[in-house]
Amino acid sequence: MLGEGIIKGMAVTAKNFLGSYVSEERLTTIQYPEERQALPEATRQFPFLVFDGDDWQKGLRCVACQICEKECPPKCIYIEKSKDKKPDYIGKPQLYPAVFDIDLSVCMSCQICVEVCPFDAIKMDTDFELSTDNRFGGLLVRKNQLAKSNQYYHKIHPTEADEVDGRLAAEKAKAEAKAKADAEAKAKAAAEAKAKAAAVPNTQPASPAPPK
Amino acid sequence: MSDSLDQIFVTLNHWITGFAPGPWQPVVSALVSVAGIIGVFASLFAVTTVLERKGLGRIQNRYGPNRVGPYGFLQPAADGIKALIKEDVVPRAADKVVHYLAPLMVVIPAFLVYAVLPVGRNMVLVDYDAGLLFFFAIGAATELSVFMAGWSSRNKYSLLGAMRAIAQMISYEIPLILSAVTVVMMVGSLSTTKIVDAQGGYDSIGLGNWFVFTPWGFAGFVLFMIAATAETNRSPFDLPEGESEIIAGYYIEYSGFKFALFFLGEYMGLFAISGLGITLFLGGWQAPIEALEVIPSWGWFFAKLLALICVFIWIRGTLPRLRMDQLMNFAWKFMLPMALINIITAAVWHFMQPGWERWLVGIAFVAGSYVLLGRGLMEGKKLEKRTYRFAE
Repeated sequence: MLGEGIIKGMAVTAKNFLGSYVSEERLTTIQYPEERQALPEATRQFPFLVFDGDDWQKGLRCVACQICEKECPPKCIYIEKSKDKKPDYIGKPQLYPAVFDIDLSVCMSCQICVEVCPFDAIKMDTDFELSTDNRFGGLLVRKNQLAKSNQYYHKIHPTEADEVDGRLAAEKAKAEAKAKADAEAKAKAAAEAKAKAAAVPNTQPASPAPPK
Repeated sequence: MSDSLDQIFVTLNHWITGFAPGPWQPVVSALVSVAGIIGVFASLFAVTTVLERKGLGRIQNRYGPNRVGPYGFLQPAADGIKALIKEDVVPRAADKVVHYLAPLMVVIPAFLVYAVLPVGRNMVLVDYDAGLLFFFAIGAATELSVFMAGWSSRNKYSLLGAMRAIAQMISYEIPLILSAVTVVMMVGSLSTTKIVDAQGGYDSIGLGNWFVFTPWGFAGFVLFMIAATAETNRSPFDLPEGESEIIAGYYIEYSGFKFALFFLGEYMGLFAISGLGITLFLGGWQAPIEALEVIPSWGWFFAKLLALICVFIWIRGTLPRLRMDQLMNFAWKFMLPMALINIITAAVWHFMQPGWERWLVGIAFVAGSYVLLGRGLMEGKKLEKRTYRFAE
């Protein structure tokens, strides 16, 4: 009959209306500034620069290779290379970014800079409360604001950070092993050369050892 | 005691008027009443916007506004300040004068109709003999202002919205007035105070003599409220402003305080037409049973008004928007014949002797026409669960 569905619908809405006062579980709303939802681990918002150790200027992983700057689709990254070099985590002297700015108003959170970075230096942050009261200067995020510690990275993306750390440690170990091997090889070569040099007279069997 | 409380506002008006010099007294009395009406109904508007948002929120299992003031009840103040300080954008191609006048033209008739609404015993601003006619004549001016807004904006969406509004409002004006005609037939007067007086007194089981407690009155009340919903462009008849199709309909080009005025006008129209529904069918300011007469008459009027507003909010939270053809079919194929049959029902009721036969015939008329017309409206429609070919 006409109107049957309307009565049914009205009953449903009345039930929801009264039910929302009776049972709190019905209300899915989270009262945001006071209550917060736990963010999923894969949350990404805006990039930041990872540094190792305590000093952000010394420990910055970025070597100013500018790959992210070139890959960034909306061109929101600006990098200036340094003139001098500083040692990276392996100890190899590398350039570092003298200027590293990201324009927050242009960034589209695509994570491409993170994908392309060969040094695991830039990662995505989960902080989403980024509004400022200055729409020009305030939205241009400088290097000192971008730099965040590896501990922070571990806090926001634990799994990913462990993986990165493992990789870096393996690389470092490899590099160290290589360096060690190189050193050994060098030493060996040197020793060999020395031995050779020492053995040179010996290899001349015809001539007798010169008397000392 | 209860009598003085009942007449407190009338006494107050007399007291204020007493300060004015003799010849000015009628003017001052009218001005005081007007100020009262505007103040009370404008604050009711503020309360209703909060109630509506909170009610809809609860229906959708949300909290609704709860930040500004205690339980969010100061939200309208914040909204008002926001509307006032917003930029007022007028499109370059708009007809500036008409564009400016349209929101005023919405608000003025919406307030004018309160002149004939009896909000309590002896509390009517002007007691016209043809008060009902005045109400409908002024109320119909809203259609003009809606079209002014739609046309002057020079925007295809606003024009579409205005076209829809005109089609809808004129279609529903007919059942609205025809359902009110039954009351005029019974009372024999167009005066709103006489209509309320006619519903005074109590019947054999102690219930008030409200018209809604008769078969024709009940049918008339339901028809009247459905038509009123359409007249005030409220959900499910909110096609003229359909956000999802034509963005905001006729007020798409309005911003800032003009937009707020449209909102005000819309709600004022809603209160006015609910007030008229109360006057016509729900016994105006009369109490439902004698024992409840301790509550002052104006208290009853506003209690009924708030109850009707809650029903409107409930309906808005329940029903989805109609399609244009459904809207028109409903108006012309169901509402209009139903209202016409209801007039016959009222006439039959009037000429039959009081008794159970009268009730039987009345109920048979109303229920029979409802079932048959409803069947006619549903004819050829297969109501089933919709299946999707490509989705899912």
